[in-house]
Amino acid sequence: MELLANLAIGIDAAITLNNVMYCFAGVLLGTLVGVLPGLGPAATIAMLLPITFTLPPLSALIMLAGIYYGAQYGGSTTAILINLPGETSSVVTAIDGYQMARQGRAGAALATAAIGSFVAGTFATCVIAILGPMLARVALEFGPADYCSLILLGLIASVALAHGSLLKAFGMILLGLLLGMVGADINSGAMRFTFGIPELSEEIGLVAVAMGMFGISEILHNLEHELTREPMVKSVTGLLPTREDLRRIVGPIIRGTLLGSALGILPGGGAILSSFTAYSLEKKLSRDQSRFGKGAIEGVAAPESANNAGAQTSFIPMLTLGIPPNPVMALMFGAMIIHGIVPGPSVMTERPELFWGIIVSMWVGNLMLVILNLPMIGLWVRLLRVPYHLLYPAILVFCCIGVYSVRNVEFDVYLMAIFGLLGYVLVKLDCEPAPLLMGFILGDLFEEYLRRAMILSHGDPMVFVERPISATMLVLSLLALIIVLSPAVRRKREEVFQEEA
Amino acid sequence: MRLAIRHPKDFWAGLIFTASGLAFGILAQDYEFGTTTRMGPAYFPTVLAILLVIIGLATTIRAFVIDGPPLQGFALKAGLLVLGPIVLFGLVLRGAGLAAALLALVMISAYASGRFRWIVAIPLAIGLTAFALLVFVMGLGLPIPVIGRWFN
Repeated sequence: MELLANLAIGIDAAITLNNVMYCFAGVLLGTLVGVLPGLGPAATIAMLLPITFTLPPLSALIMLAGIYYGAQYGGSTTAILINLPGETSSVVTAIDGYQMARQGRAGAALATAAIGSFVAGTFATCVIAILGPMLARVALEFGPADYCSLILLGLIASVALAHGSLLKAFGMILLGLLLGMVGADINSGAMRFTFGIPELSEEIGLVAVAMGMFGISEILHNLEHELTREPMVKSVTGLLPTREDLRRIVGPIIRGTLLGSALGILPGGGAILSSFTAYSLEKKLSRDQSRFGKGAIEGVAAPESANNAGAQTSFIPMLTLGIPPNPVMALMFGAMIIHGIVPGPSVMTERPELFWGIIVSMWVGNLMLVILNLPMIGLWVRLLRVPYHLLYPAILVFCCIGVYSVRNVEFDVYLMAIFGLLGYVLVKLDCEPAPLLMGFILGDLFEEYLRRAMILSHGDPMVFVERPISATMLVLSLLALIIVLSPAVRRKREEVFQEEA
Repeated sequence: MRLAIRHPKDFWAGLIFTASGLAFGILAQDYEFGTTTRMGPAYFPTVLAILLVIIGLATTIRAFVIDGPPLQGFALKAGLLVLGPIVLFGLVLRGAGLAAALLALVMISAYASGRFRWIVAIPLAIGLTAFALLVFVMGLGLPIPVIGRWFN
């Protein structure tokens, strides 16, 4: 009953008045910002990161995790009510959710999303509690070569999620990896690509990149075609799903949860891949496929469960292997480092209260999401009606203060502007920012592990094939590549991305 | 057959990749390359840069072969009026202090919208500044000077 003992440690650490309050504040703030159109979880976390600097490490991480779920759920609310998904993972929710809202069933759609998320969150929390320690033990077997291959798998997997051309997605990864090289080289101390700018000697700040590429560039994009986005519904009534609804959503929630939990663990996967896959699965399983796209409640239940489960289990690679599998986790990774914790297998043994505290707080956070959101939907609807020309200056205020306060240097503010511009231009050219960010995050880890692997093998590249873990990762990468490149999947992929447009 | 750019988005994306790859690759040559066993600081960036140049060239060349949607214009005015005040915020933050920097940020950036009205923008700027000071400086205690040295 090691698990129970561990959970007890977690409950002890997480269920204190303070930490529950921080969890509550995180969920509330996350939803608040996440509801605002055009701000996904990555931008939300980057923006709110400074708030957590003064907290003790566990409280800070609990709050950040709360912000993450809140933002995720807020994005779904926006998707359902105004057909404007704040983040890629709720893109599919918008398809049927918005149709439901148009039919006057916004309440049922929102409730379904909340119930689905809660079930998924509860299940995924258990998955982490059981799988986490096992993986951490496996992680001790990981050598540098294995880490290298794992990172490669993550990078290739992230391509699968990019819109449009694969070639450009690979280009974005490489560009990201190169940007990750900027700063002092850990091994030799050489200053790379710094142009003698002292602020660049550490490295380019992740918060500046994330806020620029996701926050600022989004504002530029939205200003280009300033639209009025009135929510479909002035007030949401009929929150409780009918018995017929409940009967319909049980299956999709279970399937979505399982699928999301599994896919979330994969590097590069996480919430986005899960929701897309869950939606297509439900459509395929449905007896009447024509209902999808016209307000099928299954089309809300499945992806919402899946994206929440995936969001949750994507903590596993970060907490056990120290490899952030997606941009959001990279920000959590950065937050942990700021608080003096190095994510990886040692966290569980050296700081058990931290590891288990986070896990317990995940469940608490999910509970709060339901308690908080259903009664407060009226408030979110009103927030959605704040016109954009009042909203974006506020976002800019938060971004500027936020990015400055990470290190208290003005240079990061300029960097954010530069990456905002870069993001805007690249999105115009149909280059997705997500693979670039993945490359950027994993760049120096990749290089470091590659170097260590080569030193250990005396420069023999065969080491990647000879080690079983590494070989497995490479086979998986190859499979991922073949799947993404195969004509059938390519067509399917285009279809999925078409549907959202 | 006339050679024409048929996919402008890919054409430009490819050029950006190629140029970035060349820049990183050339700059990297200032550092020690090392060997495969002991990689120097230039090793990995050089490999990445070469790959990026290849992908960039492939993307650009492909733009002459496949068709793509036209490139829409860039919102220059909005771009300047959003990015400009961000840079300005950084420039005046220490000198003028957070209050003045925020007022400037909100006022100028609000002008980027087609719906800008003084009567809305002024209270918005004051309100947001007051809110930010309350939350970040008084509430969270971030060490940012509210009134800068220029005014002392």
